[in-house]
Amino acid sequence: MSTTNTAAPIKIDARLIKRLPAVGDSKAFELNIHLKSDAPVTVLWGASGAGKTLALNCLGGFSTPNEGRILINDELFFDGTTGVDLLPRYRRCGYMFQDHALFPHMTVRENLKFAAAAARNNSRLDKHRRMNDLLEAFELNDLASRKPAQLSGGEKQRAALARMLVGDPHLLLLDEPTRGLDARLRQAFYAVLRTTRERSQAPIVLVTHDLEECMQLAEYVCLMEDGRFVQSGPRDQVFARPANLEVARALGIYNLLPAKVSALDPSRDTCTLDVAGSPVQGRYLKGRLIGDQGYLCVRQTEARILPNVGRRAQNEILLGVTGTSPSSQGIKVLLEHNAAATVSEAEYEHLRGEDVLKLEIPASAVYFIEK
Amino acid sequence: MPSASPSIDWFPLWLSLRVAALATLIVLTFGTALAYLLSHKTFRFKEGLDSLITLPLVLPPTVLGYYLLVLLSRNSSLGHIYESVFGQPLVFTWQAAVVAAILHSAPIYIKGARTVLESVDYRFEWVAHSLGASEWHTFIRITLPLAWRGLSSLASLCFARSLGDFGITMMVAGNIPGRTQTLSVAIFDAVESGNGHIARILVLIMSVTALILLWTASYLSRPTSRASHNG
Repeated sequence: MSTTNTAAPIKIDARLIKRLPAVGDSKAFELNIHLKSDAPVTVLWGASGAGKTLALNCLGGFSTPNEGRILINDELFFDGTTGVDLLPRYRRCGYMFQDHALFPHMTVRENLKFAAAAARNNSRLDKHRRMNDLLEAFELNDLASRKPAQLSGGEKQRAALARMLVGDPHLLLLDEPTRGLDARLRQAFYAVLRTTRERSQAPIVLVTHDLEECMQLAEYVCLMEDGRFVQSGPRDQVFARPANLEVARALGIYNLLPAKVSALDPSRDTCTLDVAGSPVQGRYLKGRLIGDQGYLCVRQTEARILPNVGRRAQNEILLGVTGTSPSSQGIKVLLEHNAAATVSEAEYEHLRGEDVLKLEIPASAVYFIEK
Repeated sequence: MPSASPSIDWFPLWLSLRVAALATLIVLTFGTALAYLLSHKTFRFKEGLDSLITLPLVLPPTVLGYYLLVLLSRNSSLGHIYESVFGQPLVFTWQAAVVAAILHSAPIYIKGARTVLESVDYRFEWVAHSLGASEWHTFIRITLPLAWRGLSSLASLCFARSLGDFGITMMVAGNIPGRTQTLSVAIFDAVESGNGHIARILVLIMSVTALILLWTASYLSRPTSRASHNG
């Protein structure tokens, strides 16, 4: 890139406040978020009812926020104060639903043709070329004359993505695109999403409640709960450093062990936590004081369990075993304080029958959350 | 002495078919537009408009006929406008029978069409809009094709109902043989004047036609395995 001096433009800057009144059994709901991301893929993650889809609908123009402002690539979509509210058809957002919503009365080619005819840009020839290009890129040439009902799940995905790209959209909105799909189709979808990204510069905002999907696709993550972002940031940062106990618990991939700050040494860039009676050393904790109570938060995949034999080395905690449960990756060993670690079946053979195990925590993974 | 089987005048049948066809055409155009407004737009007094449209279903034909007479008579402004445009008054012409048939059939069509249009999956329309399609383009290419079965079933119901109006037609078009006498009015006339033979034949024609139309309607609206949604 030649524009190294100027800061990269923020691609998505959306401040949204949307209030939904209580209707029948459902309570009143308020969406209040500020989505600011220049990542190619931004994932809104949260449980159902967190307001993810509502946020997406506001971006696409299918729901009007009560207040706020939506700027996409410096183009104003919505501004509550001046009353700007671009109609969906002028926003050039590709919108994809969970079941793809291919027009059932049209063939694949007709679906793409409709998109080409509706697109408000380029010449007819350009659009025609682009359409054929996309049919090729998404391996749809042989399926072009089929109706959606005659397509498999994976074929529908490809057709829907290709249709979305015909008009060269500026923003892609994907609403739980893999919900209800089996693992094989999910992987197929991630593969065609890569094709999508090769074909379009448009940033993607993807909504999911699936943590695996979030990890696989996201560059920027917004964790949503009850209409708000509880944490947002680059994926690795968010997952390595959950903002608080609630976030860490909601994500459900951490061992959270009660801990107390027992020593701090800024000159050597170390700290020592007292975890279940054992010292655990990590990097210096800025802004903490000795005696602070909280939790040691470490990814389940980063903590290793070992049989309780030999001398206890640094950063090894003794924890009682409370049970085991089979998991897709092997055996999940459940420990005190709701901690857990997953080992392969072969590894488990060495641990079978032990009442107490050592949990080894690498110093680099030590992260302290205040109570 | 009247003959035992006087020759049947087929004019009422042709008139009825013409009236019903024209009424159906008009209801399809304006009724579909109204149904679209009711199903896709939010505006004040929407349900009030819906009730107003339903009203003719519950009011007796005499009341409706009376309203029409007041509204369309030569002294009314509407009647005046009509007369200055078409050069003849509206009431007691066959065109008035069309208005009567519209009033008789439109409520059922519009109510049904609203439901049909509401049942079209909104996501198809959303996708069309997000692809850049205008509302009209979306309606013609997406909504209408997906609602086609339901709407055409309603159209045949609408035709059948237009064919069957008696009360309102009597009030505003009257019973002028050879000019405004529709089939249902002709049956009334035949019974009144003791022409049992003619009445029987006309009743039979009416019943069979209605039955065929109803069967068509239910054939069109039958659920099909892959008609409505993908996947």
